[in-house]
Amino acid sequence: MYTFEYQLPKTLADAAKALASTGGKPLAGGQSLVAAMKLRLAQPGTLVDLRGISELAGIRKEGDALVIGAMTRHADVANSAVVKGAIPALAVLADGIGDRQVRNMGTLGGSIANNDPAADWPAAVVACNATVQTNKRKIAAGDFFKGMYETALGADEIITAVSFPIPKKAAYAKFPNPASRFALVGVFVAQLADGSVRAAVTGAAPAVFRAAPIETALAKSFTPDAAKAVKVDAKGLNNDLHGSAAYRAHLVSVMAGRAVAAAG
Amino acid sequence: MGAIESGFIGQSVRRKEDARFLLGAGQYTDDVTLPNQTHAYFLRSPHAHAKIRGIDTGKAKKAPGVIAVYTSADLEGVNGLPCGWLITDVDGTPMKEPPHPVLAKGKARYVGDHVALVIAETQNQAKDAAELIDVDYEVLPAVVNVVDALKPGAPQIHDEAPGNKCYTWAIGDKSAVDAAFAKAAHVTKLDIVNNRLVPNAIEPRAAVATYSRADDSYTLYVANQNPHVERLLMTAFVLGLPEHKVRVIAPDVGGGFGSKIYLYAEETAMVWASKRVNRPIKWAAERSESFLSDAHGRDHVTHAELALDKDGKFLALRVHTTANMGAYLSTFASCIPTILYATLLAGQYTTPVVYCEVTAAFTNTAPVDAYRGAGRPEATYVIERIVHQAGAEMGIPQDEIRRRNFIRTFPYQTPVALLYDTGGYDACLDEAMRIADVKGFAARKSDAAKRGKLRGLGYAAYIEACGIAPSNVAGSLGARAGLFEAGEVRVHPTGSVTVFTGSHSHGQGHETTFAQVVATRLGIPIENVDVVHGDTGRVLFGMGTYGSRSLAVGGTAIVKALDKVIAKGKKIAAHLLEAAESDIEFKDGKFTVAGTDRSKAFGEISLAAYVPHNYPLDKLEPGLNETAFYDPTNFTFPAGTHICEVEVDPDTGVVSIVSFSACDDFGNIINPMIVEGQVHGGLCQGIGQAMLEHCIYDSESGQLLTGSLMDYALPRADDVPSFKVETKVTPCTHNPLGAKGCGEAGAIGSPPALMNAVMDALSSVGVTHLDMPASPHRVWQAIQSARA
Repeated sequence: MYTFEYQLPKTLADAAKALASTGGKPLAGGQSLVAAMKLRLAQPGTLVDLRGISELAGIRKEGDALVIGAMTRHADVANSAVVKGAIPALAVLADGIGDRQVRNMGTLGGSIANNDPAADWPAAVVACNATVQTNKRKIAAGDFFKGMYETALGADEIITAVSFPIPKKAAYAKFPNPASRFALVGVFVAQLADGSVRAAVTGAAPAVFRAAPIETALAKSFTPDAAKAVKVDAKGLNNDLHGSAAYRAHLVSVMAGRAVAAAG
Repeated sequence: MGAIESGFIGQSVRRKEDARFLLGAGQYTDDVTLPNQTHAYFLRSPHAHAKIRGIDTGKAKKAPGVIAVYTSADLEGVNGLPCGWLITDVDGTPMKEPPHPVLAKGKARYVGDHVALVIAETQNQAKDAAELIDVDYEVLPAVVNVVDALKPGAPQIHDEAPGNKCYTWAIGDKSAVDAAFAKAAHVTKLDIVNNRLVPNAIEPRAAVATYSRADDSYTLYVANQNPHVERLLMTAFVLGLPEHKVRVIAPDVGGGFGSKIYLYAEETAMVWASKRVNRPIKWAAERSESFLSDAHGRDHVTHAELALDKDGKFLALRVHTTANMGAYLSTFASCIPTILYATLLAGQYTTPVVYCEVTAAFTNTAPVDAYRGAGRPEATYVIERIVHQAGAEMGIPQDEIRRRNFIRTFPYQTPVALLYDTGGYDACLDEAMRIADVKGFAARKSDAAKRGKLRGLGYAAYIEACGIAPSNVAGSLGARAGLFEAGEVRVHPTGSVTVFTGSHSHGQGHETTFAQVVATRLGIPIENVDVVHGDTGRVLFGMGTYGSRSLAVGGTAIVKALDKVIAKGKKIAAHLLEAAESDIEFKDGKFTVAGTDRSKAFGEISLAAYVPHNYPLDKLEPGLNETAFYDPTNFTFPAGTHICEVEVDPDTGVVSIVSFSACDDFGNIINPMIVEGQVHGGLCQGIGQAMLEHCIYDSESGQLLTGSLMDYALPRADDVPSFKVETKVTPCTHNPLGAKGCGEAGAIGSPPALMNAVMDALSSVGVTHLDMPASPHRVWQAIQSARA
């Protein structure tokens, strides 16, 4: 690890100021960033630790939405009665992230800000048509995730919370990479309040995406067989030693079907 | 009935060593911190194959905290790392042994090859300085696949090994095999790859080297399986130091699996440097370094043919194997795909003739050497896959084709050099079939089919050769070391005992098993026995632990020393009891005059030995401390049958192990709990190879693609079922414990059992070929190609 400066601001304003003045990086749960730093793959001059800002953590229902603070740990989401009551699929998703240690440290905000191509949260954010709230603005899910490890966030912009409109039905099905247990393919399926269907896929491509043919099929018939029958185009999907693009394309349909089955 | 009266043999005594491990009181190499200690970092080649035109260490030497920076230019008078086994080519010439420099000289030959050693006040400073070293590389084309390496025009890795060939070696009667094939009613052919593995001990390799000006001596703490061999190789072959001036301590070691047998560049360079910097030096590998630089395992490409008569009797086996040695010959690399592989190709069967030819080649990859099983898993994989396929082709049930060919009379001389002393293969097969509930399989299969799943059942009847020996035979086959073991039993005046063994425990539980043997023989409480290992300064000598040899060879050395202790005790007792020595019996910790109630307790005898007031000093030395060296007369031959039942999800290619049943014959068992643990661990590693693990280098760049646990899949607890494990016993006939060894069996039997189960499951959809690992992706692809 290279040496770095460390700051622990107590307010969002101080954190933003620290980021702007140092050009440093925000530290959420550190489950990706610290690992990269240990491998000398990341070299931030300053780490601005967000854990001291109490307003960033917490889970609450606001009208027809479930709002989860950016610094809420995966384990807290997984064990939350509020989450289980409103969108149980999010609790299931959070409970399947990494291992117990990762879930106790890793956060929702950190995960989506990092936008790992195989992270679980982006699929939920996109499929639920959630809104990402930052210290500066509100960003629609569809505008938030750009490419691999890229988001719409500015340099001193900090995610404060994510607002998930509560869907009618939702479920997440993950096919784990046998080594890392990140998603080789993860599909989050949601039937939104207005009846529309979204199917967001993680792990299969450089970044999370919506599988249009699956959504079309499920809009007609929200059944496992309808999803499974869709032939997904392998073009543009990841092709690596863990799975060919064709295998991932196939798994998108299979996992979408399993998600629909789980959504009930 | 007390434990002493019944003896501790065959009892699941809780492990004596666990208290310190569970309390966090173990002392691993990285726990050793010496005053004034410095830290080492090794700069490694980022290229698979590159000429080193120059190395500029100027900036690094001036970096904060840096004490020294060394490259190969500094290592004057230091030899290369040796290979411990000479294989002779079929053309009569010795194998090609290119230099294996401690720090890369002129060329780097794999990603991770050691280029420079940086020593600094802190580990971070050493790393920072290493980034300032300017190495002028001329990148050369690389070759990582062993078959490609032997093709004309392949990149030439060593000048000393034209065409990258290390040797071609053969065993068996080729013309007799060819003749048998000509008469065969059926021939089964198989092309398989034994996938390359990266050993992953929980404790990475580590070393602390220190030099003493006071007596010009060195002490090396190192995570190692055989400290005396490490010292011998390092002093005599590489550094030219007097052996008595070097003490090697392998303290608590967190797993080895073979990877810590070898003499590595890191600790060798550190011992050398410790005198130059005159301060202790510490290094502990990070996991990424372990992936790059620990000796890897397996990596065979094999074509095999089995000739059968019309009834499924094996007539002959013909095998050609190409084995990847990596960039340099690691310590025992050359004997793994030859002596420890091809000699096992008879398996449990009466196949009258076997011929095997092995070509070993260099590639731009980490060196390959023994890994849990070492050659024997590769042999078992060939035999049991081809037997499975032959049974499937000829319509003979899998148990039946094995029974028709089992060896049933012992001793049995195989056509590939080994003499099996004893065994009972039917008993293990019967028991494995019982615990696997083979009878109920058809019903379970049809139930699975209703759920859209494919069920399969796979058998593996394995044999292995453990307790490698005798030394003179091994020597005639090219071994450059002895293969005995040493033990010492030191009885203290008050009757407690310290046992010194040349075996090394890095998870096997020797401190308990050996204590059980000693406590039982001497009739004393097990608390009164401590076992010391892993220190050349305390243990007389040792060849260390590998090849499931510790109890059969190391344990026997201790028994021989115990015999001497008891014999001397009888002399002392005869004197004290005023009886003839021949009338003294030793039983349950008492020396008794036969037929009387006159006796002396073991503790009374030991006290007399050290306080020899009433003692036959004119005839007998005082003291009660005996040593023994034991050189076995033959290998031991553990064997058994493993049966695996899998269910394949054709939608995803996921293979689930429904059940895994193993019945093993390890000879006599001292501690069933420890044996069961060893079997469980071995099964997990074998299942890891068959389902998950696969070391892959990029064929163009030679970069290690599976360089971390993010890409290299190790088995986790939820990848394996709850194992069903049983044993049958035919005691080894040539060691006093009747023990055969159990450390590797699980890793030997399980890969073919699992793969045969997968092949059985996939046969219904037309799959005829699949290599390990049976990962979801590969299984799905195999199903797709079969359907296409």
